Amino acid sequence: MIVESNNDLEAQIAEWRAYVHRRRELLQTDAEELEDHLRSRITELTEAGLGADEAFLIAVKRMGSLDELSREFAREHSERLWKQLVLPGEPEAPAAARSRRELLVMMLCAAVAALAIKVPALFGLDISGDDAGFYVRNVSLFALPALAAYFGWQRRLDRRVIGVLALLFAIGAVAANAYPLADDSQSTVLTAIHLPIALWLVVGVTYAGGDWRSDRRRMDFIRFTGEWLIYFVLIALGGGVLVLFTAGTFDAIGLDAEGFINSWLLPCGAMAAVIVSAWLVEAKQSVIENMAPVLTRVFTPLFAVTLLAFLVAMIWTNEGIDVKRDVLILFDLLLVIVLGLLLYAISARNPAARPGLFDKLQLALVVSALIIDVMVLLAITGRITEWGFSPNKTAALGENVILLTNLAWSAWLFLGFLRGRMPFARLEHWQTRYLIVYAVWAWTVVLAFPIIFDFV
Amino acid sequence: MHITKDLVAASATPLVLGILAEGESYGYAILKQVNELSGGQLEWTDGLLYPLLHRLERLGHVESAWETPPGGRRRKYYRITDQGCAELVEQRRQWAAVVDALRGVWNISQSITPITAPAWEAGR
Repeated sequence: MIVESNNDLEAQIAEWRAYVHRRRELLQTDAEELEDHLRSRITELTEAGLGADEAFLIAVKRMGSLDELSREFAREHSERLWKQLVLPGEPEAPAAARSRRELLVMMLCAAVAALAIKVPALFGLDISGDDAGFYVRNVSLFALPALAAYFGWQRRLDRRVIGVLALLFAIGAVAANAYPLADDSQSTVLTAIHLPIALWLVVGVTYAGGDWRSDRRRMDFIRFTGEWLIYFVLIALGGGVLVLFTAGTFDAIGLDAEGFINSWLLPCGAMAAVIVSAWLVEAKQSVIENMAPVLTRVFTPLFAVTLLAFLVAMIWTNEGIDVKRDVLILFDLLLVIVLGLLLYAISARNPAARPGLFDKLQLALVVSALIIDVMVLLAITGRITEWGFSPNKTAALGENVILLTNLAWSAWLFLGFLRGRMPFARLEHWQTRYLIVYAVWAWTVVLAFPIIFDFV
Repeated sequence: MHITKDLVAASATPLVLGILAEGESYGYAILKQVNELSGGQLEWTDGLLYPLLHRLERLGHVESAWETPPGGRRRKYYRITDQGCAELVEQRRQWAAVVDALRGVWNISQSITPITAPAWEAGR
């Protein structure tokens, strides 16, 4: 009988504890302290002759409402309302040991990445001198293997998967260096742009823990990419300030730090920042609101208005687009931005929510981008024969077609969703499936383009 | 008798510091002692003691440590610091001044009206 009521009581206390844990203002230790209090009160009441049930109810009542309690805790610990990064300092938390180990491994990987970019210097390749082309082609091969290793360790990747990924990195390294490309050739530039994309998607496989076929994991990786980019930019801004101060202060005492900055601080810092940003995204995942969707919310209306205004102006003035050489690149970038806005709106959307005004705005943005791009493409196809197919133009055109296809089908799915005919998940599914196309294209550009275009 | 929230809040710090000045203690014991000292008149919402203790800790008046008494539960004990003792002296001085002033007021009002519970108090 007593055993049974004890079990009941434990269950009730466990339930209460669960409620307390849901409060962000109350830390684990606070919850423990309050629980100790609750138990003392219950003991006293049962010793006075009350049943366990009654004692529990009275003790909870006397504790005060959780709302009031968390308000008081919040007033005293206002810092807790600012979601903070919990560095492994809190003792005896079971997760602390793991996160401390993660921190160590992260720092190790960051150090490896930072040192990796100095290895070629041992063989006489000067980063700021004649061998800049080598570094441009290989820039992704210094940090991304370390990043993949970090995720591989963290996600306990299967050995076979590790083997395949290592092979992909090796292929990337060969493609970047085996072809006889001049430093100023178009293919060098294309490799410099596309190899990072190809390898980033390889990192995505490690991020997904090898489970790269899963839509959910892929969406997670898309989210990760957006947040990673934001952290990387933030760190880069901080790094810029650091560089300014380093240069300025050393200059003040008559020392020239420029050599150190250019050959150590900048390259090593950038490589390490790749890893640190990734770790930050992971560590802060549940702590902070994701920034990419927030930025998306802010910029979707602005871009929609700009594009619509541009369309209207184009029709109004009846002026065709001036097809200069780099206009394709510009419109590729526009499509990338529109796609990014679409992706990060999708990534943060509750799939079950009904279509709203923001979704219509999103559709307007996508459709106007599509119309503009089709016009550009029409204008360009007329003149493409004039230029002939150089690697740059082919790549730009190919990318444009890929993005256009994606957005066109997205717009169609979006329309179906807005009219209530299709579930939102279809759009999500389409986007995550499409990642494969990017991977295939990026690898094609890296591996096949130099051969197709005779190493121009 | 119901003591208003403001009074409870104002007297909480000196009470807690005073109790801790006698020796280290933990939340539940402090609360029980407050209850005994006031003859059950001072009713605190149990949970709200802890934010107060945390504030005193942040200000440096008390310090805390988790301890596990043999055969007991892990518990957070609070101990007054030197700074807390100084604060207690200061609070005591201030409260003495307030009590003195109040005593003066009671004396004056006693000469005007007999000391019965006012109508608005009796209704509570």
